[in-house]
Amino acid sequence: MTPSLRVQDLRVAYDDRVVIDGLNLDIPPGRITAIVGPNACGKSTLLRTLARLLTPESGGVYLDGRSIHDLPTRQVAQRLGILPQSPVAPEGMTVADLVGRGRAPHQSWWRQWSTSDEGAVRAALEATELTDLADRPVDELSGGQRQRAWIAMAVAQGTPVLLLDEPTTYLDLAHQIDVLDLVVDLNRAEGRTVVMVLHDLPQACRYADHVIAMKAGRIVASGSPAEVITESLVDEVFDVRCQVTPDPVSGTPMVIPISRHHPAPVN
Amino acid sequence: MSLLQVRRDRVTFRLGKPPVSGRFRPRLVLVSVVLAVVALVLFCVGMTIGDVPMSVSDVLSGLFGGSDSGNGYIVQELRLPRALTGLLAGLAFGASGAVFQTITRNPLASPDMIGINAGAATAVVAGIAFGFGGGLGTTTLGLLGGLLTALLVYALAWRRGTTGYRILLVGIGIFAMCTSLTDYLLSKAQITEAQASIGWLVGNLANRGWEHVVPLLAALVVLFPLVLALSRWMSTLLLGDDVAAGLGTPVQPVRLGLLLAGAGLVAFATASAGPISFVALTAPQIAQRLARLSSPPITASALTGAVVVLGSDIIARTLTASPLPVGVVTGALGAPLLLWLLARANRSGSGG
Repeated sequence: MTPSLRVQDLRVAYDDRVVIDGLNLDIPPGRITAIVGPNACGKSTLLRTLARLLTPESGGVYLDGRSIHDLPTRQVAQRLGILPQSPVAPEGMTVADLVGRGRAPHQSWWRQWSTSDEGAVRAALEATELTDLADRPVDELSGGQRQRAWIAMAVAQGTPVLLLDEPTTYLDLAHQIDVLDLVVDLNRAEGRTVVMVLHDLPQACRYADHVIAMKAGRIVASGSPAEVITESLVDEVFDVRCQVTPDPVSGTPMVIPISRHHPAPVN
Repeated sequence: MSLLQVRRDRVTFRLGKPPVSGRFRPRLVLVSVVLAVVALVLFCVGMTIGDVPMSVSDVLSGLFGGSDSGNGYIVQELRLPRALTGLLAGLAFGASGAVFQTITRNPLASPDMIGINAGAATAVVAGIAFGFGGGLGTTTLGLLGGLLTALLVYALAWRRGTTGYRILLVGIGIFAMCTSLTDYLLSKAQITEAQASIGWLVGNLANRGWEHVVPLLAALVVLFPLVLALSRWMSTLLLGDDVAAGLGTPVQPVRLGLLLAGAGLVAFATASAGPISFVALTAPQIAQRLARLSSPPITASALTGAVVVLGSDIIARTLTASPLPVGVVTGALGAPLLLWLLARANRSGSGG
C-alpha cells in the first residue's frame, strides 16, 4: 500500500543557476528519511521538487513509477502531503478549520464534508493531542502547538507519504522533541513514509531510519545514521572537524564539533 | 437517508444516496439574509428621493405599473437605472474586494489599492479630457483601462509564478503611476473637461441610464458565478501557495482566473459608476467581522458592498441641499468605519 518514491536524473535550476544536477534517489517506503546538509546545499530544493512545488528542468520524481509532474495535482495530493517551512495561517482561523482544509484533495462540489472527512479530522486532532484546542485560533497558540496544528492538517490529508521541510525550525528544545516524537508516532502507527529536512545532526540520527547527506546539489552519502554520520563525512559535507560518539541515550551517532577555541583533547 | 448535524458554529448535512454532503455556518447565512434585506430596503428608499418626492408605495406602484403614468416614467426611466447601477456596482466592488484580499492574503490589497480603479480612471480621463477614446464611450474606456491594468500588474508580478505579496507591491507602484498620469492629464486639460473628469473620478451615480446597467448586469451574471465556482480553492490559497499546491490546488491557474474575474467586476463597475472609493476595501472587512470569520465571505461581501453604496448614495443626496457624488460619502464613511472595526478587534484580542 505504501507507494514508492523515486528520483531519476533530476536537474533543477532557478533561471540559469543549476541547484541540483543528475541526482538519483530511492526513498525507503514506510521509513523516516532525514535530509541533512549545509545551507544552500539544495536539500529544501530537493524536498520541494519531491512535493512538485518546483518543476525540474529534466529528469523527474516518480510515485509508484508515474511522474508526479504528469499526474493530476489532486491525485498527487491524495498520496503525498507536504508541510512547507514556517507556514502562516490567516488570523483568527481555528485549529479545527485549519485541520479541515487538509481534506481538500478528497472533496468535490457535491461531497464537501463526508463522514470520512469528519473522522480523519477527529483522528488527526487526537493524534496531535489538539482535540481540546480545536476551537482556538491558530495564531493564539504557542509555537509548538501551532506546528502540531499544521502537522495535524497534513495528517488529516491522509497521505501515505509525508514531506516535512524543517519542521522544528524556530521551536524551542521541548517543542522540537515534541514534534519529532509525533513524527515517529505517525510513522509507527500507520507506516507512513516520512521525508524531512533537518538541521540538527544528532536529532536526524535519533529520529530517522535513513539519512541522506547533501552538498552542492549532490548526495554525498546515504544509509543508516551509523553508516552515514562519520567524522570524515561531517568534515567533507559541513567543513567542520568533529568527534562522533554514540548518543548516551539513544546509541545513535552524536556529533561533537571541534572549533578554534575548543580543540580536540589530547589523550 | 439524510443527516443533519449541528456542532460548534457549523451545520453539517449529508445524504446517503446520492453521496452529497456539505457544511455551512448559520451565522454567515443569517448575516447574508439580513444584508440582502437591508440592501433591498435601501434600494427602494433610494428611489423615493428626487425632484419629485415619492413614498415607497408610489415607487413600488411606479415600478410595477405601466410606464405611461407620470410616476411610472420617472421611476422606470430615471430612478431605477440609478438605483440598479448603485446596487450592481456595490455587489461587484464588494465581491471583487473579497477576491483580491483572499488571493493576496492581505486586507489592503483591494482592487482600488493595487491600481485597477486608477487604471480605469486614467483611461477615462484621457478619453474625456483629450478625446483619446477614438469614439469609445466612457464605459468601454473604463473597462479597457481596468482590465489592461490588471493584466499589467499580473505580468509585472510574474517571476516563476506570482505571489500575493508581489501582486500587492507591483500594484501599489502601478497605482502611483496611474494616479500621477491622471493628474498630469487633468493639469493639461481644459477647465470644463477637467471638471467633467473630476465629476466622474469621485464616483457618481447621477444621470445613470439603462446603458450603464445592462453591461454591468451582464458582467455580474457571468463573473459572479465564476468567482463562486473558484471559491472552493480560495480557502486553500489562504494558507499560502505552497500549502495550497500541496493540497492539490492548481495555484497559478486559479489565481489568474480569480484575478481576471475580480478585475472584470471592478472594471465594469468602475465603467458604470466611476471609481467609488473604499467600497472594495471596506465591504469585505465589514462582512468578515459581521460573520466572525477569518477571511472575507464572497456573497456577504458583495451584499455589504451594495448596502454601503446604496446607503451612501441616500446620504449623499439628502445631507446637503445640492447632491454630493456618492464617492465622497463612501470615502468619508468607509474609512472611519474600518478604523473603528480594527480598533474594536484589537481590543477584544482577535486581531485586525
